[in-house]
Amino acid sequence: MLTASPYTGPLLQLSGVVKNFGAVRALRGADFEVSAGEVVALCGDNGAGKSTLVKTIAGVHQPDGGSIRFEGKEVALHSPDAATDLGIATVYQDLALCDNLDIVSNMFLGRELYRKALFGLDIGAAGRLLDESAMTGKAEQVLADLQVTTVTDVRAQVASLSGGQRQAVAIARAVMWNSKVVVLDEPTAALGVAQTEQVAQLIKRLRTQGLGVVLISHDLHQVFELADRIDVLRFGARSVSVRRAETTPAAIVAAITGADANGAAA
Amino acid sequence: MSIDKATAPHAPATSHASPAPTEPERTGPITALRGRLRRGDLGMLPVVVSLVLITVFFTVQEPAFISGRNLSNLIVQMTVTGTLAIGLVLVLLIGEIDLSAGSVLGTAAAVLGVLLTLHSWPWWAAIIAALAVGTAIGAFHGAWRAIFGVPTFVITLAGFLGWYGVQQHLLGSNGTINVFDDHIAWLTSTYVPPAAGWAIAVVAVATLAFVRLRSARPSERPRALIAVAVVAVLALLFVGVLNTYNGVPTVFLILVAMITVFDILTRRTQFGRHIYAVGGSDEASRRAGISLRKIRILVFALAGFMAAVAAVIAVSRNQSAGTLTGGGTQMLEAIAAAVIGGTSLFGGRGTVWAALFGALVLASVANGIDLLGQPTDIKFIVTGLILLVAVTIDALSRRKSKSATR
Repeated sequence: MLTASPYTGPLLQLSGVVKNFGAVRALRGADFEVSAGEVVALCGDNGAGKSTLVKTIAGVHQPDGGSIRFEGKEVALHSPDAATDLGIATVYQDLALCDNLDIVSNMFLGRELYRKALFGLDIGAAGRLLDESAMTGKAEQVLADLQVTTVTDVRAQVASLSGGQRQAVAIARAVMWNSKVVVLDEPTAALGVAQTEQVAQLIKRLRTQGLGVVLISHDLHQVFELADRIDVLRFGARSVSVRRAETTPAAIVAAITGADANGAAA
Repeated sequence: MSIDKATAPHAPATSHASPAPTEPERTGPITALRGRLRRGDLGMLPVVVSLVLITVFFTVQEPAFISGRNLSNLIVQMTVTGTLAIGLVLVLLIGEIDLSAGSVLGTAAAVLGVLLTLHSWPWWAAIIAALAVGTAIGAFHGAWRAIFGVPTFVITLAGFLGWYGVQQHLLGSNGTINVFDDHIAWLTSTYVPPAAGWAIAVVAVATLAFVRLRSARPSERPRALIAVAVVAVLALLFVGVLNTYNGVPTVFLILVAMITVFDILTRRTQFGRHIYAVGGSDEASRRAGISLRKIRILVFALAGFMAAVAAVIAVSRNQSAGTLTGGGTQMLEAIAAAVIGGTSLFGGRGTVWAALFGALVLASVANGIDLLGQPTDIKFIVTGLILLVAVTIDALSRRKSKSATR
């Protein structure tokens, strides 16, 4: 898992992406790129097009114009599966975990490891005996690789986990299938201070492991702590893309709201 | 929560301080139980405790309650409800409901009776036809849910009425068809010889011990050992008492075998994992690539199949198929059995064994009250109260597990 790619340009590159919903122009020629080992924060006010852009990257929405390149090659993300197969993993705010199942079951949901019950004859899911020990071992390995120390028992029910632990499980699940780009939608919006810090450490580790991380966040403090580059979306297009060291929170706020850096309306 | 020392991830020390785990680590079955209580995940504990209390209560009042003869009658009485409840557990696990089970049972019974008696089909062909009809009806309910998104409460309510009409139509002016067939009668009138009963109990307990102890991680072993010991004592006591009469009823052995098969299907296979997942969160399941349609149609087809199996048992016991077969409180009792056994009405929690234990509770109460010479009205009131307590435990557990989330 988590292999570095030989290609050195941007892992994922969107250029001039247009998306209309009826008369509403959600994206009007948006550009975006993320490279391996880079955290790009995507900022913007509500309605600026963040969600549409994320869903385009995730393969949920198909763009009406523009191009998407993955590892330099033009690709069509016509379904969420197509995006996942390329190595683009998206963790939505609701995490999509089953509370009644344990951590291992959630991490392998839909991709369970199994043995065929009837002497190698595959009669479908009902004839596939789950290989629990293999899944437990792999889940522990994945969490250890990501240094998720807050989760001590991978057989614990997700219902018993804290918000930070859940986020860690959701992220680990997203990146364990050879992902190269991971999109995190407001990963700490519902978390307390200590748990936010845990997730921040996890995001740094994803970067260290060579993934491209797209971080959608309203928390500018966090954006400035984690991001290598900050992109601001406004009216469906990218208005600012700067390296973190070359900007200030005030400038980003101004870019998001459309005010100039001194606080006066544009 | 317990930590497995042998396989826990050993995280290398890092420059940044890792926050400490949120709760202290302890091991042992008591801690595990306390954790489950705190999460509100009681499983089958309440039903097993109730069953013990009910048995003690009625035995004190009337020692004949635990005689081999009475116990034998009691468990033959509960097999129709228990079989029907297996299908309902599956349906409840995916967060749906099936109100049509009684009418589907009645329709399958009518098919069996008509083909056997009026068309002189061989017994095995008539049984296969009845099972096929039940499965098809269930698949139809599931497909309607999957395609049109109509709540199954309404689909199966329509089925409850509609299939009752079909049942009456099939039986025609006869109203009741007598079924005199040795093979079908065999199902509920024979017993496993005492020696074979002992042998089956020993083999079953040994198999359970082997499977449980092999799959359990070291930290879980004490708990698994206790569970196996409890099952061993109960199974041997049970067989011992039944052997003082005629032995273990054949139909009960078949019920336990079916539950074992469904338990393996739901808890050890990929299909079963997806059943629990759909019941836990249909959205999470869909995003994980699980076909909700497929799961819903298959689960309802299985529920229809089990209703037809229950029909065969009912016809065998009554030696007839009539307009009353599967009617009355039959379907509600099966739902009650599933819920009393610890299956959540909210989906995703419970096991197929709930069908057996829930049906045993209902049958024990009914049998005990009869034995004490109390009127039927008391029976219904007590059964209603037990169901109310069971759903309340379910609702409170759910609230607890939700509040334990954050």
